[in-house]
Amino acid sequence: MDFLVPGHLSQYNLYVQNIKRLLVLTFIILLAGCSGRGISAQDPSQQIKIIENKGSDTIVNLALAWAEEYQVIDPTVQLSVTGGGSGTGIAALINGTVDLANASRRIKEEERDAALENGSDPVEFVIARDAIAIIVNLENPIEHLTLQQISAIYSGAINNWKEVGGEDRPIVRLSRETNSGTHVYFLEEVIRLGEKDNQTLFAQNTLLLPSSEGIGAEIRQNPNAIGYDGLGYVNDDMKVIGVALADGKPYIFPSAMTVNNDQYPIARDLYMYTNGEPEGVIKEYLDWILSSEAQEIVTELGFVPITK
Amino acid sequence: MKSKQITRKETVSSIREFLITALIKAAGYSAILFVGMIFLFLLLESFPALREVELSNLLSSRWYPIEDYYGVLPLIGGTLIITIGATLIALPFGVGTAIYLSEIAPRWLRETLKPLVEVLGGLPSVVLGFLGMLILSPYLRIWLDIPTGLSAFAGAILLGGIAIPTVVTVAEDALDAVPKSYRDASLAIGATEWQTIWRVTLPAARSGVLTAVMLGIGRAIGETMTVMMVTGNAPILPTGLKDLFSPVRTMTATIAAEMGEVANSSTHYHVLFLIGIILFLISLAVNVAASAVVFRQKKSQERILS
Amino acid sequence: MTMKLSARQHKQRLGFSLLTLMTFLTVIPIIGVVIYIVYLGFPAINLEFLTGFPREGMREGGILPAIIGTFYLTLGTAIFAVPLGIGSAIYLSEYAPDNRATQLIRIAIINLAGIPSVVYGLFGLGLFVLFLGFGTSILAGSLTLSIMTLPVIISTTEEALRAVPQAFRTVSMSLGATKWQTIRKIVLPQALPGILTGVILGLERAAGETAPILFTVAAFFLPSLPNSPLDATMALPYHLYVISTQVPGMPIKIQYGTALVLLVFVLSMNLIATTIRSRARAKRQW
Repeated sequence: MDFLVPGHLSQYNLYVQNIKRLLVLTFIILLAGCSGRGISAQDPSQQIKIIENKGSDTIVNLALAWAEEYQVIDPTVQLSVTGGGSGTGIAALINGTVDLANASRRIKEEERDAALENGSDPVEFVIARDAIAIIVNLENPIEHLTLQQISAIYSGAINNWKEVGGEDRPIVRLSRETNSGTHVYFLEEVIRLGEKDNQTLFAQNTLLLPSSEGIGAEIRQNPNAIGYDGLGYVNDDMKVIGVALADGKPYIFPSAMTVNNDQYPIARDLYMYTNGEPEGVIKEYLDWILSSEAQEIVTELGFVPITK
Repeated sequence: MKSKQITRKETVSSIREFLITALIKAAGYSAILFVGMIFLFLLLESFPALREVELSNLLSSRWYPIEDYYGVLPLIGGTLIITIGATLIALPFGVGTAIYLSEIAPRWLRETLKPLVEVLGGLPSVVLGFLGMLILSPYLRIWLDIPTGLSAFAGAILLGGIAIPTVVTVAEDALDAVPKSYRDASLAIGATEWQTIWRVTLPAARSGVLTAVMLGIGRAIGETMTVMMVTGNAPILPTGLKDLFSPVRTMTATIAAEMGEVANSSTHYHVLFLIGIILFLISLAVNVAASAVVFRQKKSQERILS
Repeated sequence: MTMKLSARQHKQRLGFSLLTLMTFLTVIPIIGVVIYIVYLGFPAINLEFLTGFPREGMREGGILPAIIGTFYLTLGTAIFAVPLGIGSAIYLSEYAPDNRATQLIRIAIINLAGIPSVVYGLFGLGLFVLFLGFGTSILAGSLTLSIMTLPVIISTTEEALRAVPQAFRTVSMSLGATKWQTIRKIVLPQALPGILTGVILGLERAAGETAPILFTVAAFFLPSLPNSPLDATMALPYHLYVISTQVPGMPIKIQYGTALVLLVFVLSMNLIATTIRSRARAKRQW
């Protein structure tokens, strides 16, 4: 279509020319982007296989580290990693839109039923283990708590640090969001002390923070705060509390050793779910994840490798 | 021969004209299509929530969807208290700045400051949330001696900041549009500039200023990322203005945080759409009210000036 | 001869000072925020940061996929929203009769403008990702963002078209041009700067939004650039969100560097739009 107009409206022509130049530039960038995939472009006979990995925010950094390492090992496989919480990953598995769902909690019965209804068959793999560390600000004088005390704090029965031997400060409870597998695990195993019929809930004023760094940022600067998260997310600028199963029992600090010895009371498995028995590249990837090479990465990131 | 050629050319161009006009007309009506589509979709997906969840549950004060507590009141309350807080900040600062820029500041200062204010409007909300999380909330905890700085107040400050540029831009335009003759007349009868502003200019521009404030409010209601990062997201039902200093959970943060998790067609999915449609209706109310005011003012201005 | 200030003049001085104070209290934090981000983010900016892929769990390397992703999303939004928006505005300004139907359209546009961005995300998830089956993709994200951007483009374009004096149109028609010819050759060119301003401001908003793309297109990490509209992509606003909340041990300068890049992206669009607007005002032919 002819958009140029004569004479005195020349500044309009200038605009049109600039827009045309911009479109050409855009086209060039698009082309560059398409060809910028690198390795695959060199060998047309090797198909790029893409594995989509979605789910737990606890596992997401581990999944990313694995993805980065695996791409060096097998460049024909491309792994995309996304978080969103264990619930997101399992929901995607139910909908059949993801290859590997990461979950820091077990799939629930209702979710399994929903998956089967949709034609997905979730198969479970334990890919690492994790300890839930109880963390407080470095200035907090508390060193240990029992499981009951932690449950009482988080359910709202205890509201001041002095009630557990600390300073006279209000307790600010930090938690992950409800879509987090870690949250669900904490609810069932810590607040409800693992009892099936226990209906206790988090205190209503528990802060539900976006992901682990949300918790970390608050713990680092607020002496009133208490939080929980996977061991892989604990840094030197937070204080880890020793946990005892009950009053009178020894206080255990979370580590790879105490988790694998079953000494640390709040430890859990981390899972990946596939749709049906894995085949092809997904199977190869999962086999590699369970190998000692990949499990070393688990240790590097602060999680607990699965013991053979 | 010649007349036949002219007729064919005319026919082709008139067909083209007809087609283009039809396309444009279709584009014009597309807005209705989209709004209708969104509203219908929200309605259809939220309706099952009303069937699957008892009203007493929805109107309760506990929101804990993974254990089937679907009380939306704390969420509505959270949005409301933050919006009120943000308005209390955006209104004085926004209108005050608009008055300053339009009536008091020298031209060179206005030309420098106005773009600067627009810069704040362009700041992506995730950047503000990020700064709020790292800087604002620790300071609030210390200055105000509250248990944690992650509170409705932090949210209100940031949202007020986000709403201010909208308020300033629209209000300043409205004040600018007041005819110079109004001000001149007022000064001529001996009023000071200050009196002129408050008794003549501002009232003349009142509907534009009101629109500005309501658009700012609309912006605050709809904010998501900023509140997710600084309000603590605890579903507490605020019972008074003092709850401004405790954590809250807004409707927008709830949708954003829980949206991905829900498997299609679960009850939780439907309740989230219910929250979505409540948000839709609230913003609808605010925006329609704002534009009704403008519409009436425009009509009366047209009558006066014609 | 000095005059004693009257009570009214005292009041005025006080009032003016108060408003001046308020304005500067509004403006100074803005400057502070920008300076802070530039100061902390600038050390991270180098060629690798802008053109490289993330490494070491995204703690090193660059943010190219996020930059390209935001670029693609902005482009996608423009493809859908600009023709539709301009066409719609042309209808409202040049063709629409002053009746109930037109009022309804205007109300619809106002509604669209007011819908919170997260509700768009919810709608986009439900319709484009799930119902129409596009999946988490640039297509779904662009469609969602474009409906969100539509009201801005329509209203600014309409304003720009209306600002063109009626005389231009009358003269053109009287010389025998059809309505569409008049629009295309006379009205549109005259209104173009205003239209461009509106389009750029609308796209700027689309580029900076996180909520609508959370579940329609955004990915935490992708090993390569997207090569079809059905791929998911990383994007700057979402990337900033994840590196500030999900990755432990993220160096401060990477976080602020990403914030800086996003800020520059958004603000330069703002600057371009404002420049076009003021140059156009100066060169206006009426």
